[in-house]
Amino acid sequence: MSDKVIKDTIITSSVKMSEGIYSMWLKEEEIAKAAKPGQFVSLYCKEGSQLLPRPISICEIDKKQGLVRLVYRVAGKGTLEFSNMQAGDSIKIMGPLGNGFTLEGKKVILIGGGIGIPPMLELAKSLDANVQVVLGYRDGDLFLKEEFEPYGTVYVSTEDGSVGTKGNVIDAINENNLEADMIFSCGPTPMLKGVKAYAMKNGIKAQISLEEKMACGIGACLACVCKSKEKDSHTNVNNKRICKDGPVFYVEEIDL
Amino acid sequence: MNMKVNIAGVEWNNPVTVASGTFGSGKEYGEFVDLNKIGAITTKGVANVPWPGNPTPRIAETYGGMINAIGLQNPGIDLFCQRDIPYLQKFADTKIIVNVCGKSTEDYCEVVERLADEKVDMLEINISCPNVKEGGIAFGQDPKAVEAITKEMKKRAKQPVIMKLSPNVTNIAEMALAAEAGGADALSLINTLTGMKIDINRRTFALANKTGGLSGPAIKPVAVRMVYQVAQAVSIPIIGMGGIMNAEDALEFIMAGANAVSIGTANFHNPKVTEEVIAGIESFMKENNIKDINDLVGCVK
Ligand SMILES: Cc1cc2nc3c(=O)[nH]c(=O)nc-3n(C[C@H](O)[C@H](O)[C@H](O)COP(=O)(O)OP(=O)(O)OC[C@H]3O[C@@H](n4cnc5c(N)ncnc54)[C@H](O)[C@@H]3O)c2cc1C
Ligand SMILES: Cc1cc2nc3c(=O)[nH]c(=O)nc-3n(C[C@H](O)[C@H](O)[C@H](O)COP(=O)(O)O)c2cc1C
Ligand code: FES
Repeated sequence: MSDKVIKDTIITSSVKMSEGIYSMWLKEEEIAKAAKPGQFVSLYCKEGSQLLPRPISICEIDKKQGLVRLVYRVAGKGTLEFSNMQAGDSIKIMGPLGNGFTLEGKKVILIGGGIGIPPMLELAKSLDANVQVVLGYRDGDLFLKEEFEPYGTVYVSTEDGSVGTKGNVIDAINENNLEADMIFSCGPTPMLKGVKAYAMKNGIKAQISLEEKMACGIGACLACVCKSKEKDSHTNVNNKRICKDGPVFYVEEIDL
Repeated sequence: MNMKVNIAGVEWNNPVTVASGTFGSGKEYGEFVDLNKIGAITTKGVANVPWPGNPTPRIAETYGGMINAIGLQNPGIDLFCQRDIPYLQKFADTKIIVNVCGKSTEDYCEVVERLADEKVDMLEINISCPNVKEGGIAFGQDPKAVEAITKEMKKRAKQPVIMKLSPNVTNIAEMALAAEAGGADALSLINTLTGMKIDINRRTFALANKTGGLSGPAIKPVAVRMVYQVAQAVSIPIIGMGGIMNAEDALEFIMAGANAVSIGTANFHNPKVTEEVIAGIESFMKENNIKDINDLVGCVK
């Protein structure tokens, strides 16, 4: 049997972190127990016209208390509904889903861009390595940045140059002359393309976490595929299911 | 109380199956429901060779539904026979329905011939998928083509043949009659209704394929109407589907004339929905003192 569950769970806290960004802790012992950094959960809307579950990455896991933390941006109707929920409310959730990151490397760079930053937090906590964190933001609204500081050296890039390196995460890596034997990354596709190019050029192994529109979230419907270099053993064609075989892939496995 | 139904000589333990393409070959949902409790499992469409499907995004949510253009991605009949059929055979109480797709009559024939010696209970021929440009829909929109392809399938199939009809036609009863004339053992309907969604912020289509098939509760009234019209026209069994979310919805289809029902998009919203629908039909029967599910079939005239 699997370690996936689907359940109504209780929200133990729900707070606004900054404009449009929310943080929520859920009491779900089984998911907390089974979850790994880089995995995600599906959240179900109460509004019946919104049928599909919303995939959200696991940001932190508190195994002792059986809690899971999600940090998300209000992007549409579903996330808006979640943001209006309060501690004590219940929410239906399925998880943990996907493969998660493989913990490896001695000197690593974690690269998070925008709403791809949250899953890097549990990863930073879990790695037994020299951790460098590079966070890419649009502007000076540096949500979650301070929470990374206990786990590694944090570097920031902002598009508007208000904090840290002006530009993107690769600019920040170059400006600070960062070196690594392993890269982990999550963020918008253009950023991941940049990370892939950087990792390939410098011969650094890299794991990236991808996004795609999902329906089932468990590998049944083939909505969420990405192009793979090799023929996938399950699909028998050159694509892989992000929800099941991912969301984390080695850069050389896939075409972005 | 009897929940068993007989679809073209194949006895299902209850009238519930899953809609092709929403449930894979059962394995993933088997982590949430007991596959032995479902009357039959209908697999994702399978072709003679592997198909890579369409570019992403392949799906988009719409009000009370979704549009999809998966493009019938499938691993091809060889791997399917090696892996998926043996997996499904482990569920001895559940019938196996293999959904077949193709780009030409020859493609369909090849798959059906290949399945002749496999231990599967029924074949469902998808002549109605709107997402494949080469063939698919053309078969399903012309009564002569429906009759012709049905005949070809019947010539080759060892198992009973279910023809799956497209709703994207002016007169669904005409298509149903054509399939019946071609020798179909049963019909299933409806497949998805062709739809479109535009992302106004990006000023693009929500799907890479531009159009996609609309499914989910948004299409249910159309589906119930079509099942009713087809039930009035033909005398072969009907598997009804389109937006079934719960037992009440399933009962609407049965009362409109469906001998069995199929649950698709609802699985995405509630992975346990199949078992819940079966239990819900049973309690409805108890409460209303109905001894045999077959007594409800087409009871609304
Ligand atoms: C593996 C994975 C992990 C994710 N982790 C996070 C996270 O930790 N924090 C966070 O804020 N967001 C995350 N996202 C993105 C998040 O799923 C979407 O922002 C969210 O689904 C939007 O839902 P909505 O109802 O508010 O928006 P709407 O636009 O109303 O949603 C309509 C439909 O599109 C889907 N959708 C919209 N945007 C996306 C997207 N970017 N990716 C996938 N599906 C989308 C929705 O799920 C829904 O089915 C993740 C996505 C994936 C695939
Ligand atoms: C993601 C998805 C994939 C589908 N794939 C197939 C398919 O491979 N073959 C087929 O005959 N129908 C396919 N369908 C159509 C369904 O089997 C069903 O006819 C339709 O979705 C209506 O039922 P529903 O509203 O319960 O989903 C698919 C539907 C969806 C949503
Ligand atoms: S969302 Fe269904 S296979 Fe990934």
